[in-house]
Amino acid sequence: MSMAGPQAHDKRPLSPHLQVWRWHVTMATSIFHRASGVALYLGAIVLTTWVMALASGPEAYGAYMAFLMSPLCLLVLFGITAAACYHLANGIRHLAWDAGKGFDPKVSTATGWATIIAGAVGAVLVFALAFLA
Amino acid sequence: MTHSLRTPLSRARGLGSAKHGVGHFIQQRATAIFLTVLLPWFALSILLGTDGSYDSVIGWMKHPLNAAGTALLVLTGLFHMRLGMQVVIEDYITGPVARTVSLLANTAIPAILAVIAILSVAKVFVGA
Repeated sequence: MSMAGPQAHDKRPLSPHLQVWRWHVTMATSIFHRASGVALYLGAIVLTTWVMALASGPEAYGAYMAFLMSPLCLLVLFGITAAACYHLANGIRHLAWDAGKGFDPKVSTATGWATIIAGAVGAVLVFALAFLA
Repeated sequence: MTHSLRTPLSRARGLGSAKHGVGHFIQQRATAIFLTVLLPWFALSILLGTDGSYDSVIGWMKHPLNAAGTALLVLTGLFHMRLGMQVVIEDYITGPVARTVSLLANTAIPAILAVIAILSVAKVFVGA
C-alpha cells in the first residue's frame, strides 16, 4: 500500500471546495487556467498536424485547411484561441505573483477580470486578423 | 519497517533532499517566460505575413528565422504542456495503474508531436 503513491487507496474525502465556496473571480481564474491548459493539449495537436500537412504537400494542406475551416472546427479553433489568449494573460499574472507582486485582494480581483477579458478580446482580434485583414 | 534490511541512516538519506525539488517549478516558469514571446510572435507573424494559402505559408516557413521560431515554439510549448498536464494527472488520477498509464502517455504524446513537428518544419525549410 505504501508503494502505490500518497493518494492511492486513500479514503479521506477530497477537498470539497466546489461544493462549499461560491464562485468568485480569483477562484474562477485559477480553475480556468488549468482548464485552458488542458484544452491547449488539443491546440498542440492541431498545430503539429497542421505543420505535418504543410510538409506533406499542397493536396494534403488544402484538404486539412478545408477541414479546419468547417463550421464545427472553426468553433473549436475559436475555443482553442480563447484558451491560448487567456492562458497567456493569466500566465503573465502568475509570473507576477511568482515575483511577489499583485497579491492584494483588490489587485488580484482586478487582474483576474483583466485576464478573462484579455482571453475573449484576444480571440476576437486573432480571428479578425485571420479572416478580415 | 521494523524488519527492513536497510539501516535507519540509509532510509533517512533516501528520504532527504535530492537537490532537484524545485526543478519542475523552475522549468514550468522558464518555459512560460519564453512562451510569452514565442506564441504572440508566431501568431502575429503568420497572420500578418501570410494569407494562409499553401504557397504563402511555404514561403514564410522557408525563412530561417520563421522555421527556427516555429521549432522553438513547438518544443518549448510541448515541454511546458507536459509539465502542466503531469500536475493535473498527479492531482486527479489516484489509481496506480491509471496514473502510471496516464503519466507514460503524457511523456509519449508530447515526444511524438515534437518529432513530427520538427521533421515537418525541417522538410519544408530545406524544400525537399
